[in-house]
Amino acid sequence: MKGVIKKISSDPLGLIGLCLVTLMVISALGAPIFAPYDPIQLNIMERLQGPSVNHLLGTDQLGRDLFSRVLFGGQVALKVAFVTIGLALIVGIVLGLIAGYGPAWLDNSIMLLFDTIRSVPTIMLALAAVTVVGPSITTVIFVVAVSSIPNYGRIVRTQTLTLKSKDFVKAEKLMGASLLRILSIHLLPNILGPLLILASMDIPTVIALEAGLSFLGMGVKPPTPSWGSILNDGFSLIRNTPWPIIAGSIPLVLATLGFTFLGESLRDLLDPKLRKLV
Amino acid sequence: MSDNILKIRDLSVNYQTDRGKLKALRNVDLDISRGSIVGVVGESGCGKSTLITSIIRQLDSNADIPNGSIEFEKQDLLKLSLDKMRNISGTQLSIVFQDPMSTLNPVLSIGRQMMDIQYRDKTSKKIKKQRSIDMLNKVGIPDPQSQLKQYPHELSGGMQQRVSIAMALQAGPSLLIADEPTTALDATLEVQILKLLKELQEEMGCSILFVSHHLGVIAELCDHVIVMYAGEIVEQGSTYEIFNNPAHPYTVKLLECDPASISKKQRLLPSIPGEIPDLTNLSGGCIFKNRCDQSIDRCDKHTPKWNEFSNNHYVSCHLIES
Amino acid sequence: MNNILSIKNLRVRFRAKSTLQGMLQKIDDPFIDAVRKVSLDIKQGETFTLVGESGSGKSTLALATAGLLTAKEGQIKFMNEDVTNMTPSQIMAYRKKISFIWQNSIGSLSPRMSVGSLITEGYKIHNLKDRDLKMEADRLLKLVGLPTNIKERYAHELSGGQARRVGVARAIALDPKLIIADEPTAGLDVSVQGEILNLLNKLRDDLGVSLFVITHNLNIVRHISDRTAVMYLGRFVEQGKTDDIFAKPRHPYTLALLSANLTPYQETSLENRIELTGEVPSLMDRPNGCEFHTRCPFSSKHCDDEFPPIHTFNGQQILTCHYPLK
Repeated sequence: MKGVIKKISSDPLGLIGLCLVTLMVISALGAPIFAPYDPIQLNIMERLQGPSVNHLLGTDQLGRDLFSRVLFGGQVALKVAFVTIGLALIVGIVLGLIAGYGPAWLDNSIMLLFDTIRSVPTIMLALAAVTVVGPSITTVIFVVAVSSIPNYGRIVRTQTLTLKSKDFVKAEKLMGASLLRILSIHLLPNILGPLLILASMDIPTVIALEAGLSFLGMGVKPPTPSWGSILNDGFSLIRNTPWPIIAGSIPLVLATLGFTFLGESLRDLLDPKLRKLV
Repeated sequence: MSDNILKIRDLSVNYQTDRGKLKALRNVDLDISRGSIVGVVGESGCGKSTLITSIIRQLDSNADIPNGSIEFEKQDLLKLSLDKMRNISGTQLSIVFQDPMSTLNPVLSIGRQMMDIQYRDKTSKKIKKQRSIDMLNKVGIPDPQSQLKQYPHELSGGMQQRVSIAMALQAGPSLLIADEPTTALDATLEVQILKLLKELQEEMGCSILFVSHHLGVIAELCDHVIVMYAGEIVEQGSTYEIFNNPAHPYTVKLLECDPASISKKQRLLPSIPGEIPDLTNLSGGCIFKNRCDQSIDRCDKHTPKWNEFSNNHYVSCHLIES
Repeated sequence: MNNILSIKNLRVRFRAKSTLQGMLQKIDDPFIDAVRKVSLDIKQGETFTLVGESGSGKSTLALATAGLLTAKEGQIKFMNEDVTNMTPSQIMAYRKKISFIWQNSIGSLSPRMSVGSLITEGYKIHNLKDRDLKMEADRLLKLVGLPTNIKERYAHELSGGQARRVGVARAIALDPKLIIADEPTAGLDVSVQGEILNLLNKLRDDLGVSLFVITHNLNIVRHISDRTAVMYLGRFVEQGKTDDIFAKPRHPYTLALLSANLTPYQETSLENRIELTGEVPSLMDRPNGCEFHTRCPFSSKHCDDEFPPIHTFNGQQILTCHYPLK
């Protein structure tokens, strides 16, 4: 682990990525400590103020401190990102392993399922979900997770297919290793590496998706702060004050850049080593 | 002094690796006279691949040549521009690899590839096509006219290798380098291909540099044998001399270990204990000293020089020093 | 009858074309017989070697014997128990008694498991909880002549020879009765081949295990094998005592193989080297009559018409040929 961090730090973009991600995670997790105000606390007297000592990023139309809202918005972003990707990974891995290792008809069925999901644009899926269950964090998580499953599933399936015919898998079968043992101990660790890199590079995408859905009003319900909803509010206030928009954009940009740089650095790092291992 | 078409002098090749500078070839001298078949025999790590890739100038980017010359038809290949080198490759100097699919392009038909290598000739397509058919006929491809349309993967391994040989010999090179060309083929097929090479060599008069780890094949085909070990040439001489009168302790041991040489069924088969030394960390002296059962004090510090053991038979060993 | 392994008329098929392709290309039988009709016996403590070229079916036979491939016809009996196409409950017991040494020495080792875990994995798989894995690993490594500190290394860090020994260690972990070794010297330098062969012989002597060796390297056969079978297009063309077969091969293909075995020492008793023409026929298009006749330098019309009978010489050497060599 230490070696990995050291290697990433030697790459300038990787270092920037690492710092930004660390910043984001700490500020989000520590939001209750760092936030000077309650993010949903109204204070009409102080509405639409620019940045000041009291309000680092100013206030929105209801007088809520934007800085605090941004910090708590980070919690939403992180929660959505990790839960969504986590769910998509688990389901994707299971389905991918089954598709790759199982009989051809099962493989074809699962791939058909994946293609069906992928043929529906995420926004449409979101609209459908919102119509059925109404807007909320759960809706966002559901929509984004489902649309990510095929990506991970396909990669796992391809890797499984490749590994299935390798001699070491045949050797394990010959020794009497159970299906579960082969899948979990011999196949999965060889697949997980590149998969996790890919997943980490999806984090900014997921965060942006959540922001987008919330911006469209299909995500987090007010008054819960989310970067997207901050942007949404700021959008209508653009003539009065630019600060809500700025407040909503900054964390989004920083988070996206940070995870992207970190992910790419990790990928470059693990690539040659992986080529040597499998 | 017979006409040497290839004259390698003092060639050394190093590779830059994580563990340091790997001295893959050290001070190699090699002569190939016109019309002869020279075999290079050696085990893993002996440097025969590096030797080949140096001659055809295809070394990896982490390789460098600190000293040496490779004179081919009186030109030092190492000093040639890549353009001039390209003019020689495939025409005067060509190569056949172990895996025919390294030579053959999987997405082009055989006919197309046979025509393509004649790109330098300014003759008509018809003539080139006829030449291709003639060459394919010579290498034993049945019904070459119809085979022109075939793709490499539609041919068997043996046929693919014959096509590779056809392509290599199309331009009538003076030197053909064969890097383990029959290793991947079945024995009964190997015999056919070797017979073919011998016939073509006699007919076209080219020289062959034949690299293999298979002692039997080398003995069958070659006039002259070079024994390599861990980046150096340790012994060279005529085929008869090397196999019947080996002088270097490594050659002696190698031949002893060859199960083919052991005519009676043996309980315990011989082997050479130990491993080749770490080529990034050489300590001087004879390269074989740590595995040689006849080493003397001198072997530890001093690199042995070439000595003539018998007629045209040279060895690099302190025990042979006159 | 102390036969460890007894195979009768084994047939193993593979699908060469899908049903649709078969219909479109007007092929009657879209299957190929990799192993057509093979019978053999291996006694306890014996080394039986299978030689043949590519397409002969020797690897298929090995995998079918190990239970990794299903048999279309025929019977495999191991220690007098019928193990042809076993049920899942029978399989686990079988897996302990028969093990495999793979041709691909490094590739057959799971890349993310340490050597120590790899060679003791059998104990975990078969739930032998009372074993001290570290001790067993050390014991096995000692038996195959590897230093015990190699336990922590990974497959890609080993040399070909070391990886092969690790494969052997893994194969003997559960005290098998039969070890199948697929090309045990493939990829090994001549100067170290002897070590691995000596190891196999030693294991056979010390542990009483039977060996079923598959190889195309005729030079090693004489030194390790008691009995040998020569395989062509999925059938045995000749089998018998190794010494007999090498001294007096009676099938033209055996003679051709021995001829094709180039050595620097042609003093071996081959006055006339015979060369085969053409290449091995496709398994989809088996020749009529004697399947070897298309390449046989001694074939006649009779060989094209009729499948050859089985001859037995001295009760031991068995071959299928119309005109066995004198």
